[in-house]
Amino acid sequence: MATLLLAEHDDATLNPVTARALTAALALGAPVHVLVVGAGADAAAQAAAKLDGVAEVLLADAPLYAHRLAEPVAALIVSLAGDYDAILAPSTAVGKNVLPRVAALLDVMQVSDIIKVVAPDTFERPIYAGNAIQTVRSGEATKVITVRTASFAAAGEGNSAAVRPVAVAADPALSRFKGEDIAQSDRPELASARLIVSGGRALGSQENFHAVIEPLADALGAAVGASRAAVDAGYAPNDWQVGQTGKVVAPDLYVAVGISGAIQHLAGMKDSKVIVAINKDEDAPIFQIADFGLVGDLFQIVPELTAEIAKAKG
Amino acid sequence: MKILVPVKRVVDYNVKIRVKADGSGVELTNIKMSMNPFDEIAVEEALRLKEAGTATEVVAVSVGPAKTDETIRTALAMGADRGIWVKTEEAGIEPLAVAKLLKKIVEQEGPALVILGKQAIDDDCNQTGQMLAALLGWPQGTFASKVAPADGTVEVTREIDGGLQTVSLNLPAIVTTDLRLNEPRYASLPNIMKAKKKPIAETTPAELGVDIAPRLAVLSTTEPAGRSGGIKVASATELVDNLKKAGVL
Ligand SMILES: Cc1cc2nc3c(=O)[nH]c(=O)nc-3n(C[C@H](O)[C@H](O)[C@H](O)COP(=O)(O)OP(=O)(O)OC[C@H]3O[C@@H](n4cnc5c(N)ncnc54)[C@H](O)[C@@H]3O)c2cc1C
Ligand SMILES: Cc1cc2nc3c(=O)[nH]c(=O)nc-3n(C[C@H](O)[C@H](O)[C@H](O)COP(=O)(O)OP(=O)(O)OC[C@H]3O[C@@H](n4cnc5c(N)ncnc54)[C@H](O)[C@@H]3O)c2cc1C
Repeated sequence: MATLLLAEHDDATLNPVTARALTAALALGAPVHVLVVGAGADAAAQAAAKLDGVAEVLLADAPLYAHRLAEPVAALIVSLAGDYDAILAPSTAVGKNVLPRVAALLDVMQVSDIIKVVAPDTFERPIYAGNAIQTVRSGEATKVITVRTASFAAAGEGNSAAVRPVAVAADPALSRFKGEDIAQSDRPELASARLIVSGGRALGSQENFHAVIEPLADALGAAVGASRAAVDAGYAPNDWQVGQTGKVVAPDLYVAVGISGAIQHLAGMKDSKVIVAINKDEDAPIFQIADFGLVGDLFQIVPELTAEIAKAKG
Repeated sequence: MKILVPVKRVVDYNVKIRVKADGSGVELTNIKMSMNPFDEIAVEEALRLKEAGTATEVVAVSVGPAKTDETIRTALAMGADRGIWVKTEEAGIEPLAVAKLLKKIVEQEGPALVILGKQAIDDDCNQTGQMLAALLGWPQGTFASKVAPADGTVEVTREIDGGLQTVSLNLPAIVTTDLRLNEPRYASLPNIMKAKKKPIAETTPAELGVDIAPRLAVLSTTEPAGRSGGIKVASATELVDNLKKAGVL
């Protein structure tokens, strides 16, 4: 049998987390079919077909799927499920919304947020904000799995798999899309960025966040993140939150500015390759996991650092 | 409109848990337990809908072993009207089984809205609400930052990657809460006293006819690979030098 992977995309482009989730899907050992669900999503399907290791791309293209609402997308996946012994999705907002619905419709207990494939039926997943790692075995006939993409390397490109259209499933007609407010940004996306600069409560205002954190991010070509305290205070938008209950990231470089290092924050970034902390309190817990710590006032240090980086990059 | 709020008893978010040396699980004896923070947000939202005259009754339900009633009492002290305790031998019932138990309760109670937390901070599964919606054939508004019931529908604004999405759901519906939905109230002393007199009905998985045998086997629980602190640098220049050496610039 085969493995079905739900692609993360916005119709026009394939989100890079898909290539990471593909690595987890391939580790199960069966041929992997990538399912692209959208409206006018041919470009995303073509991009998925290029990923190394993909046996086939399934394209479900219909106005019904324009916003990937949980009810119709879950119904579609269930209509395809008979051909698969594993169904995976990256742990994105879409994956987390849709896959448990699929699991329950199949009467299967989902394995959430895996960080390692030990065997085709055995997985590692973090619990308690990453303070413990559980190894679990699923005896379910169909494995339903979400993948913590930060823990897997991206599959390469160079393939040209076939794209096969699949039929639209019956619309459960329970929900309607009303609107969307998506920020447009030229910066890399937080979930898959190689470099991230995050700001905390210490920034004190949205203006400061904008004036201090964002220039450093732009000098580095980095994505911007934030602590929950900074988001709650309105300094940064909700979806910038890094942590146990926000986004989990593992970039090459994570710069934490004015962030104390609460366990809930660490849960979202402690697997970063290199961690830099800037904090005026030399006893802040963040220094216990930082590779490089700078003790001092961020309002002085960060502009200096921004200038140094700009110089270093010439 | 009646609202059902499932609340879970979890290790308090301030506790730094320890993994048992034999790998059999996490040390849970004599540890502070609290209501899952997302469930406090769920109770608060239900109470606000009642205070606004939209909801008529708020029922808190929890699945768990001895002392789970303390968590239901917390919901009652916040202002919920009554409780239902699905008593189990042990903690740690899997989300699919919890969803099946909640489905039975929903069938008995007939709520128009069930508000759950988006995830429990112990197992971080993020499944139960979506599974309950699937089992009932109801729509789901997950990761909600705004909930606005109207005639026969509820409009839910959801926190998604990149921003916000608003959906309109037919009632009855499932909503799961995100952090920015509201700020939960503290229970006042008089309300804590009043809560002691509010009824908590008890039932069991057997009475509800639900098989809660786990589907997943936990083979081991281990400490994550540790990370030790590095060095302090004195200036931005020194930091940039080190980052170059580390190959990340
Ligand atoms: C259910 C739940 C879920 C949560 N989920 C998350 C999550 O996903 N992500 C998350 O981040 N948090 C989360 N939290 C919150 C978490 O517990 C902390 O409250 C939060 O991370 C603190 O943010 P902070 O570090 O920005 O603020 P603080 O802890 O207030 O730290 C501010 C830091 O800035 C330093 N500072 C102040 N002024 C300066 C200056 N001028 N220059 C340099 N340094 C300065 C201080 O020394 C301090 O260390 C969650 C909490 C709960 C209960
Ligand atoms: C891989 C895996 C293996 C497991 N193996 C075992 C095992 O071997 N033995 C064992 O005993 N347990 C086991 N469990 C169960 C585990 O301990 C949790 O209790 C279970 O996963 C519930 O997940 P959650 O609370 O994170 O659900 P989530 O889906 O994150 O919870 C979301 C919301 O659902 C509601 N909710 C969840 N649980 C309850 C409840 N009990 N009562 C009322 N409302 C609730 C709350 O509103 C909560 O905010 C396992 C779980 C997983 C994921």
